[in-house]
Amino acid sequence: MVGQDLIIEPIKYRVPLSKPKKGVAGKTGFWRTERPVVDKEKCVKCWLCEIYCPVDVIRVEPETGPTIDYDYCKGCGVCSNVCPSGAITMVPEE
Amino acid sequence: MGKLVPITGNYAVAYAAKMARVQVVAAYPITPQTSIVEKLAEFIESGELDATMIRVESEHSALAATFGAALAGARAFTATSSHGLLYMHEWVHWTSRARVPVVMAIVTRTIGTPWNIWPDHSDFMDQRDTGWILGFGMDNQEVFDLTVQAFKISEDPRVYLPVMIGLEGFILGHTTMPVELPDQKELDDWLGPRRQGYVIDGREPLAIGNLAWPEDTEEMFMDIQKAMEEAKQVIKEVDESYGKLTGRKYGGLIQCIGCSNAKYVAIAMGAWAGDLIEAVQRLRDEGYPVGVVRIRFVRPFPIEDLWRIINGVKGVIVFDRAISFGAWGQIYTDLVAGLAQYTRNLPVISNIVAGIGGVNVTHTDFYKLVKNFVDIVEKGEQPPVFTWYHRR
Repeated sequence: MVGQDLIIEPIKYRVPLSKPKKGVAGKTGFWRTERPVVDKEKCVKCWLCEIYCPVDVIRVEPETGPTIDYDYCKGCGVCSNVCPSGAITMVPEE
Repeated sequence: MGKLVPITGNYAVAYAAKMARVQVVAAYPITPQTSIVEKLAEFIESGELDATMIRVESEHSALAATFGAALAGARAFTATSSHGLLYMHEWVHWTSRARVPVVMAIVTRTIGTPWNIWPDHSDFMDQRDTGWILGFGMDNQEVFDLTVQAFKISEDPRVYLPVMIGLEGFILGHTTMPVELPDQKELDDWLGPRRQGYVIDGREPLAIGNLAWPEDTEEMFMDIQKAMEEAKQVIKEVDESYGKLTGRKYGGLIQCIGCSNAKYVAIAMGAWAGDLIEAVQRLRDEGYPVGVVRIRFVRPFPIEDLWRIINGVKGVIVFDRAISFGAWGQIYTDLVAGLAQYTRNLPVISNIVAGIGGVNVTHTDFYKLVKNFVDIVEKGEQPPVFTWYHRR
């Protein structure tokens, strides 16, 4: 909708805006009570865990399978739920 | 030069939105929606207005869609009334706190239950604490003028707050009077292009309304308060420059009629201020030194202007067409609270609440009420502070 008849004159007041950035809310992996652990033998590399992860911390590579960034994984368990081969198990944190 | 057309208050708003070249209108087409958006739909259909009409599934979504369109850089507009306004209340707050210029017309009507379609200011005054600038017209011409001005005020970088313009349902909404429409080209030059503080741009992710710490939240609220203060000046400037364009200058946040030598001041807002002016004219003819102050903006509240008028008068009578149950009329409350910063010796101030649920209050009623008030004060007696004036 941004047209030519629009002037952006910056606001001098404080506004509730933020630019999304990795780690902006701290290491949210600290919130986790259960950790997803991957059994790479069972992984069929379907990418569903990467697609479904709500915080985008899983990467699936053809060679190595899934890796999870535990600094930001909150342990929601969605990956474990969508995994068709039972390769992801939720393990209680110590 | 402008041209004169006979239109209802609702159509005056629609013409104003069209002439301000709104790009997006979002509305839910059911009672309590008005002929404002019907007319805008006609303008869009006929090609007279190049805009998108979004038919949403509720008033809550109507303001959400208007908000979204405004964030994306469109001059966006919606209109609603009574329960529709209440239903969108959550988004009313979101819009002001996000500092997005938006204009919304409120065809004021009372709030149920009982179910009642008649006008008062209950729905409008319920919005006082939302961070919107609140303007109110007295007749269809002023409603047109205010609606056009609302875009200019809302899009001023000193303000960047949304604006509501009130007009009474039926009394203005459904009645016709000649309204002068300015020349489109001149109005375009005066209003200028859409202006806002930031815009959603798909190329750069932006989170709006994210979680904030208490201190950050409070500072954003403090900034809305600062912007409200600045808006007072902006409203006056806009009134001034619009006056040069059209010959209609109202006086800014308030309009005074016969205030200069008045010993008594009667205050009202909206269409019934016209009846009050008529009544006071009759009283002045009889030698009563009364002036009328018409509230054009309740937010920001024009306390400085009111003090200038009230300083030195003997009595003030405030007519409210809404009630804060358990307290008083809202204009009265704001006035007395505001005057306390100037003086410990307030004049006699009385509050009359009337016209609720559409009860008709005529110039004869105003004549009797103001005359009675002045007579009591002149006798050195204390009139009641609060009266709910009601008759059948």
